[in-house]
Amino acid sequence: MEDKKTFIDPDLTKRTVIGPNGEDITVDPIQDYFCDALPKKHEPKRAKIFENFFNWARAESIWVLGFGTGCGSIELYPLLTPRFDAYRFGVQMRPTPRQANLMIISGYLSVKTLKRAIRSYEQMQNPKFVMALGSCTINGGMYFDSYNTINRLDKYMPVDVYVAGCMPRPEAILAGFEALKKRIKAGKAEGANLYAENFETYKANQKKIIRDWNMPDYNW
Amino acid sequence: MEKIIQHLQGAFDVKAVKKQRNDLYFVTVGKDQAIPAVTYLRDAEGFSHLVMITVADWMEKGVFELNYIVHNYQLHADISICTNIDREEATMHSAHHLWEQAWTYQRELKEMYGIEFPGSPRVDESFNLEGWDNIPPMRREFDTLKYANETFFPRPGRVSHDPATYMKQKLYPNE
Amino acid sequence: MSNSNNHKLLIKTDRSSYPQPDESGKLQVDLDSGKYVKVWHGPNHPGVTGNMSLELTLCGDEVVEAKTHVGYLHRGFEKIFERRTWMQCFPTVVRMCVPEPDSNEYNLAASMEELSNVEVPEYAQWMRTLVLEMARISNLLRLLPAHGGTMGLGLGVQWGVYLRDLILDRFEELTGARIYHMYIIPGGVRGKMPDGFKKRLISNLDDIDDFLIRLKRLVIDNAVFKKRSIGTGYINPSWVDKYGIVGPNARAAGYKRDVRKDNPYLIYDQLDFEPYVDNEAASDIFSRTWVRFMDLKYGVEMIRQILDKMPNDGEILGKIPNALNWKIPTGQTYVRSESSRGEYGFFAVADGSEYPRRINLRGPSYTHAIALLEKLLVNANISDVSAIMVSLATCPPEIER
Repeated sequence: MEDKKTFIDPDLTKRTVIGPNGEDITVDPIQDYFCDALPKKHEPKRAKIFENFFNWARAESIWVLGFGTGCGSIELYPLLTPRFDAYRFGVQMRPTPRQANLMIISGYLSVKTLKRAIRSYEQMQNPKFVMALGSCTINGGMYFDSYNTINRLDKYMPVDVYVAGCMPRPEAILAGFEALKKRIKAGKAEGANLYAENFETYKANQKKIIRDWNMPDYNW
Repeated sequence: MEKIIQHLQGAFDVKAVKKQRNDLYFVTVGKDQAIPAVTYLRDAEGFSHLVMITVADWMEKGVFELNYIVHNYQLHADISICTNIDREEATMHSAHHLWEQAWTYQRELKEMYGIEFPGSPRVDESFNLEGWDNIPPMRREFDTLKYANETFFPRPGRVSHDPATYMKQKLYPNE
Repeated sequence: MSNSNNHKLLIKTDRSSYPQPDESGKLQVDLDSGKYVKVWHGPNHPGVTGNMSLELTLCGDEVVEAKTHVGYLHRGFEKIFERRTWMQCFPTVVRMCVPEPDSNEYNLAASMEELSNVEVPEYAQWMRTLVLEMARISNLLRLLPAHGGTMGLGLGVQWGVYLRDLILDRFEELTGARIYHMYIIPGGVRGKMPDGFKKRLISNLDDIDDFLIRLKRLVIDNAVFKKRSIGTGYINPSWVDKYGIVGPNARAAGYKRDVRKDNPYLIYDQLDFEPYVDNEAASDIFSRTWVRFMDLKYGVEMIRQILDKMPNDGEILGKIPNALNWKIPTGQTYVRSESSRGEYGFFAVADGSEYPRRINLRGPSYTHAIALLEKLLVNANISDVSAIMVSLATCPPEIER
């Protein structure tokens, strides 16, 4: 009888497959694969009318990544339920970063969450936007002297809209969505491009506080 | 309650007893007697619920004061077994065999104060912090404002005042 | 309501083809064998309460090992209290638990009052009780439908959050804020009841009564919910003392654990109430849902009782020293209250200066979400993970502060 501990599924062994151009590729199913290409700047369309049309479409379909990073996420419950109903503005929650184009940083970010937030942000598809809630993301708020929360979010990822308050009411977040829509329609919400252009600076800032950087530099 | 305290005094070398409320006593014992005293309270006197294990840092005396708060559901009363341990070589006997949640507290105290608990499971895993390479943050010599100013990027223009003196200046400048 | 043999109904999965533990009872998890897969449940996951994560090792769709990882919301509160005066701690302390901040306010106020011998006027004590009970039902309105929400019954959540918002409106009227009220200040409360407040609050309570009937039909009587919750996440009653289980989770296991009844604080000894205990100790997800349901029902009745019995007017603030320069004499104390999740306590140490030496929080999730959850998740199906987690009422901010 086969020993169960050393049993290896034949589907999971290394094997060689033939690639599309006829080259041999070794595939190891247990190893993680990721693309290590750096982010690229997204150039607008030549004709302004197309770019305007795309921006209008982007503004009207804001899909939010459901990642409550801080206390502000408690006000996202009323926002998405019948009382304030953000769905009527085309705003909806998505469970995975691949489907989302808006990341809401809902309040303070501890260093441990910042690592996950950066990872989620980089996994989102372009064009992508960041909305930051609360005074903690602007200047640290009441946690300005804490050893584990960041003070300024814009040093670590580009922020398109800030919503002030501790914590912002659902009405304020709705106003924030309106402001974000205006920016997108005017073609000013260029956070993702800013991130691609200043990638080195952002990465240096992030690596300064995230001590155990055990992931690829850009993981999308 | 008085009776239980007398039993404790008879069985252990009790250094001090402080009555805070009718249902809350702080009993100070030596370092080696703390775990036996907690075990005695749990097994013989019905203090079956571990409320918390906590530490107060008395830097000027050079000690950590450990508190094991236990609760009795029949008497609805608490006893806190306090013990002082040396700040420089902070080591304490583990209580993980008494309650299942005790190792969580010990894991946190190890990370936040640097107190060693030999034998406690998973005590060396990080609890709240990730990749922390400074002195344990809850020790009083760790200056959190200095650390935050050096590490994070404080937004210029932020001023904090001492409320007592600042409000006196603003409201009653002549006094 | 429930059957004592419910946990026996659990269909045992045939695990004979799975890897078996060795002689010492430990399962050797060899990830390279390809038999196991590691899944991170959170922090970015819709089925996780708040911002925490579970590191699950799966064999097939069964969990063989679970580890809780916290610290995503760690703000170092206990450190920054060393730099705040006692009064400055007060707006900070409410941020410790987001869904139910009032227990924090009460515990800090009570420990300061106890250490410096401040008397609280009677009217203020009634107002404090009212606010604490309102906070309890507002949290339960969010939490209770979420038990069904984890099994795909999202409509109850929509109703519950809407009704919670009505209670938040009353909070806004009374205190000026929706979430962080900062109403219970050391020495008393911050204001009196506005005109017409009582009437509007009672009309909201009637709405909640109506909601409870609909919620019972929608979620608790639902066949899918019953099928999935009965027998799942069974807590053996003998674990209650060993794991430090408190509050509704202990009451579902047949233990009467309620700080309001055991160690009455404020004016709870003048109120007539009896916490609901599941005498059959079914102690599964269904039983915990039912205990929370009855908690909400009794909470609504309790607010009616408080409004009925409380005096119409009175002093709101006792005699306190200069709040900006409040020196508290050396001493230490432990103060507890009952939150909607169980015993909630503050350990406070004063050293005679304006600054606290140590304020430490004991939250019920500290034991429920780490030691107990890791034990409960072993052998659970992966689709039940978030249901078990929500049924323990996990609240990450109070674990890591």
